[in-house]
This record gives sequence, C-alpha cells and structure tokens, in this order.
Amino acid sequence: MMFTAAGAAVLIAILLFLMRALLGPTAFDRILAVNAIGTKTVVFVALLGFMAGRPDFLDIALLYALINFIATLAVLKFVEYRHLD
Amino acid sequence: MNVSDLISAVLLTSGCFFAITGGVGILRMPDFYTRLHAAGKVDSLAQALILSALMLQSGLTLVTAKLFLIVMFLLATTPTATHAVAKTAHLSGLKPWRARKSRT
Repeated sequence: MMFTAAGAAVLIAILLFLMRALLGPTAFDRILAVNAIGTKTVVFVALLGFMAGRPDFLDIALLYALINFIATLAVLKFVEYRHLD
Repeated sequence: MNVSDLISAVLLTSGCFFAITGGVGILRMPDFYTRLHAAGKVDSLAQALILSALMLQSGLTLVTAKLFLIVMFLLATTPTATHAVAKTAHLSGLKPWRARKSRT
C-alpha cells in the first residue's frame, strides 16, 4: 500500500514536470523538464518493481537512468552545435 | 510494523514530498536559471530518499546492491546533466531574469 501511495506521488510530480515541458518558453526548459521526468521514471520503475514483487525491474531502472543521461547530453550537443558528428 | 518499515515509510513520505515540491518549484519559478534549482537539486534528493527507503525494505540482498548503484549513479549524473543544460543555455545567450525595479 505504501508503494502505491509513493507511486501516485511520483506520478503527480511527473505531471507537474510535463506541464513545464509543454509550457516551457525556451527549449532549455523543455530539456530540463524531460531530464527530470526521466529521473522520476527511474524511481517509478523501481517502485513498480517493488509493488509487483519482481526484483528484475531494477535493471530496467538502472538502464533507463544511463540512457536518460546520455540522451540529455546528446540533445544538448545538438542544440549547441546543430550537428552531432 | 517494525522499525525498518517505519523508517522507510518516513523516508518514502519525505522523498515524495520533495518530488512534488520540485514539481511545484519548476512551475512557479520565473526563469530558466531559477528552475534549474528546482529540477536539479530537489530531483536528486527526492530520488535518493525514495530509493534508500526501498533499500531498507529489501535488507542486504542483490536488490539493495542494485538500488545503491542506481542512487550513486543518479547522484553523479543529475548534477552533471543540470550543469550541461545551464552551460548550453548560457552559451546560447539566455539572459538571467531581473526583478523589475519597481518591486524593490
């Protein structure tokens, strides 16, 4: 029961960040909000793993944290240099 | 409801409180640079609290090791990503917000 309440709170936080991602005037607000949503998704997946009693969800959460970081840096490099190579 | 459940409940509650505070902060702040505080700092604290609450629930097993890895990794990368966003924004000429003189 505790994890469902925590999961609901994390979902509310994700909704707040999503609103900033939609409203954000500059592109950097959006990148920031998407990065924060990625971190929240990691926490939510970990909570889901505990709710469903499946410890292998934590690998998904770890991988998602890695990819989220790399994706943020890639988008930033593209925004700054207009090309990735 | 033994002690570790109680401690993890308290950690979970404070972690969720900080998560929602970060969300409210990123909406209410007037400017991109001020939103960095809400998204970057509060975010890393909230995930640390919630995941350490989960660590307490699972005792000394492989699950705790994975959770510890996730917490350490996120504590290292979230500030780095926030710094990278701020650097790119600053280099592309985004000026910080100035309060209007009339409000001083």
